[in-house]
Amino acid sequence: MSRLGTITRRSFMGLGVAATGGLAVGYYFYTKPFPNPLTAMAAEGDAVFNPYVKIAADNTITIIAPRAEMGQGVHTTLAALVAEELDVSLDQVNVEHGLPGKAYYNEAMMVEGGPFPFFDETFMAEATRGSMKVVSKFLALQMTGGSSATIDAFVKMREAGCAARLVLVAAAAEHWGVDAGTLRTSGGVITNHVNNETLTYGEISEAAAQLEPPSKLPLRPRSEWKTLGKSQPRVEGLDKVTGGRIFGIDVQLPDMLYGTVKISPRFGVGAVSVDKNAALKVAGVLDIIDIETTTGSGFGIIAENTWAAFQGADALEVKWATPDYPANTDGMKSMLDIAMATNSDFTLGKVGNVEKEFNNTDPENFFGAVYDAPYLAHTTMEPMNATAHFKDGKLEMWIGTQGPGLAQSTCAALLGIKTEDVTVNTTRMGGGFGRRGEVDVPLYAAAMAAKTGGRPIKVTWSREEDMRHDTYRPIATAQFRASLTDDGDITGLDVDIASPSILTSLLGRTFPSIPAGGTEKIVLEGAFDQPSTIPNRRYQAHIADLPVPIGFWRSVGNSFNGFFQESFIDEVAHVSGKDPLEFRLSMMNDEEHRPAREVLKKVAKMANWGGSLPAGKGQGIAHALSFGTWVAQVVQVDVTDDVVKIEKVWCAADLGLVLDPDNVKAQMMSGIVYGLSQALGQEITFSDHEVEQYNFYDFDAMRMHQCPEIVVELLENSHRMGGAGEPGTPPSTPALANAIYASTGKRIRSMPLSHAIDFA
Amino acid sequence: MKLTINGTTHEFEAAANMPLLWALRDILDIKGPKFGCGVSACGACTVLINGEPVRSCTYNVSDVEGEVTTIEGLPINGKLHAVQQAWLKHQVPQCGYCQSGQIMAAVALLNTISNPTDTDIDDAMTNLCRCGTYPKIKAAIKDAAAMLEVNR
Repeated sequence: MSRLGTITRRSFMGLGVAATGGLAVGYYFYTKPFPNPLTAMAAEGDAVFNPYVKIAADNTITIIAPRAEMGQGVHTTLAALVAEELDVSLDQVNVEHGLPGKAYYNEAMMVEGGPFPFFDETFMAEATRGSMKVVSKFLALQMTGGSSATIDAFVKMREAGCAARLVLVAAAAEHWGVDAGTLRTSGGVITNHVNNETLTYGEISEAAAQLEPPSKLPLRPRSEWKTLGKSQPRVEGLDKVTGGRIFGIDVQLPDMLYGTVKISPRFGVGAVSVDKNAALKVAGVLDIIDIETTTGSGFGIIAENTWAAFQGADALEVKWATPDYPANTDGMKSMLDIAMATNSDFTLGKVGNVEKEFNNTDPENFFGAVYDAPYLAHTTMEPMNATAHFKDGKLEMWIGTQGPGLAQSTCAALLGIKTEDVTVNTTRMGGGFGRRGEVDVPLYAAAMAAKTGGRPIKVTWSREEDMRHDTYRPIATAQFRASLTDDGDITGLDVDIASPSILTSLLGRTFPSIPAGGTEKIVLEGAFDQPSTIPNRRYQAHIADLPVPIGFWRSVGNSFNGFFQESFIDEVAHVSGKDPLEFRLSMMNDEEHRPAREVLKKVAKMANWGGSLPAGKGQGIAHALSFGTWVAQVVQVDVTDDVVKIEKVWCAADLGLVLDPDNVKAQMMSGIVYGLSQALGQEITFSDHEVEQYNFYDFDAMRMHQCPEIVVELLENSHRMGGAGEPGTPPSTPALANAIYASTGKRIRSMPLSHAIDFA
Repeated sequence: MKLTINGTTHEFEAAANMPLLWALRDILDIKGPKFGCGVSACGACTVLINGEPVRSCTYNVSDVEGEVTTIEGLPINGKLHAVQQAWLKHQVPQCGYCQSGQIMAAVALLNTISNPTDTDIDDAMTNLCRCGTYPKIKAAIKDAAAMLEVNR
């Protein structure tokens, strides 16, 4: 009955409220087991149809897009799914993230979590996908990640729009006493062509929300789509060109304090001693509190403004304890080498018998290479921040988070209150790239809010704090070895990849009670799961025990394995005297590999692959399948006086189904720039147990003058829908390294490429 | 302390060494200029002082002489500046966080060079964007230049 309580009980247009009893009214069948989070958000007069749609009497239509809008355009595409079936245009609706709720759990993020390639539809792969669906519902995590938001929403949010429209039409039919089939909807208006009368959705919404939608929802075929499949302007576009107050860092509350954190730069240990005197003397600094959480230990500086808090943090003198991990990067690399030299933890993608094939191969017919990649920071443009207000045993937070439910439950545990006593308002985000799913940011803000005497506090990290306390893209190294025929074709491929475990790191800081271990496909993803018809293959993972916090960085394991494997394939092509495009095509012959072949052929055509180029210029090609999307890229460089200028990138991507072409192209472009930025000099290194980088002056990213022209084309050959946010990143770095080789004959196997060659 | 910002004079108390950015954001509640690095390395905080682009995160508030323009001051009578219109037309923003600074830098560029070449844009637009919107920024600047030319 709580749901009905939010709906006005007054009669409207003579329709009256039919249901006041225990009827499960207007409840969206798909999410039946979970409460509707929208009920708590609905204002007086709002009619709530399901977790995604509410309509006010004045015809204000609100669509809940319960995924993090961090630049990938997800609020626009998710709203379009509902709008399409609700029969309204996007400019007619308000789009909100909404409050956290299990109803918004992300199933698609986990479906591909099993150790199978995307195109594998064998019984085991499908059975695993089925059980992952069950697991995902059991965990009910509302997360944005894995380029999964649109895939997850594709059916359920269209059904939400459809269910709402059907009951609106049914209520109107009842009002007019006509058959629902005679009524037409368009732009939020229902038209009765018999009497030429109209009703807006708002006018009938209260009555409509009382009705039960049919269990079978007839979704529109693609041929009838009005909004989906067409490029849409972003729903938050105006805010983003007018300096809109939409980010977490823009939150302003009455009586608000400001703060920052100084967390131990040595991971897993805290302070040995602290002198707060100088910091407390900084004008505007009010208090310095101790912070002790599962993600880190240190201090919170509470102040009258952010600048005072930053100065206080600088003035705070702390001696940090010494952790037991290696003090510097060389020591950490040694740990990888030790892991590599030890037996593998698990094997994936095993086909044929590599050992037997190697034993039968002439020793002269082998080729091998070793690659490595460093730790990387996310460096979102908006530094980490959260605003928290703890009063009367209840916590309210405003935070740009990819995991609002996790923020809610971990902060409740920290403060010893119930989860339902934590309200999380998810703001729009100045970049996420995987960083904003972490709970350190909300935990520190919650800890500080508990010490302000009931006043709200906005906690903003300095860029230095952000850079030095990330959950980094892990360090990794790989050994590739191939046996070849006399003609240079690969008969066997043996791959060993060493890296620390992201899941072990994540569980340790987020769910310390859950033990980690087992097969973590992340270490091998982007390698074992690629389209390949090499007859004998084996991919072995070697997990290194390194406690540096690591996490999900745009494209995750694909971000390094894409570079490793696609560089290696290119090397073998050149060793064998074959064209890198033709060589790739010759090794992906199965029918299910067709999307890979098509994107490769398409990008080759776009780039005029194989055409003659002036001296100094070179083209490199690469393909990667990640997050269900097949992406081929050609990078063209100009190398003059040993300086590389990245001139142009062509990209062909196949997501199976494209809902917003311009936005998908923008995501590919973004993924490419994010990927190429690594090559230009990004690396996180350590000395004295601490990260050596502080700010953009020592961990930069691609700038305007370095940015190539980027051309993207989209294909739709794939059998299932893929993601958009991440798949543009993995092929970019190998395509660049391969282009540099084509131009200079110099093979660079270590990231960042800038260690071996200069960039403009 | 007294400052004219977007045509309005504000009187307020602030430490002399407080960067203009924090006076704008925390004291005057003008949230368009964003905090990105605090060391003039990213440009998210770019505002204009007498029409010149300035990175407000390292510019002491007590050193400000002249009129400050933030992105909130760009529209005239509710009509978006040509650069803002071009940004919308090209759907430049992704996360959007750097775009206040990018737009202010572009306005300053077009005030100086009415028809910038690619090199002019590369030289003037040194602001960081982690979403990789540079190609769209470049196209939007050229479009804004054309719009301003028509109105000139």
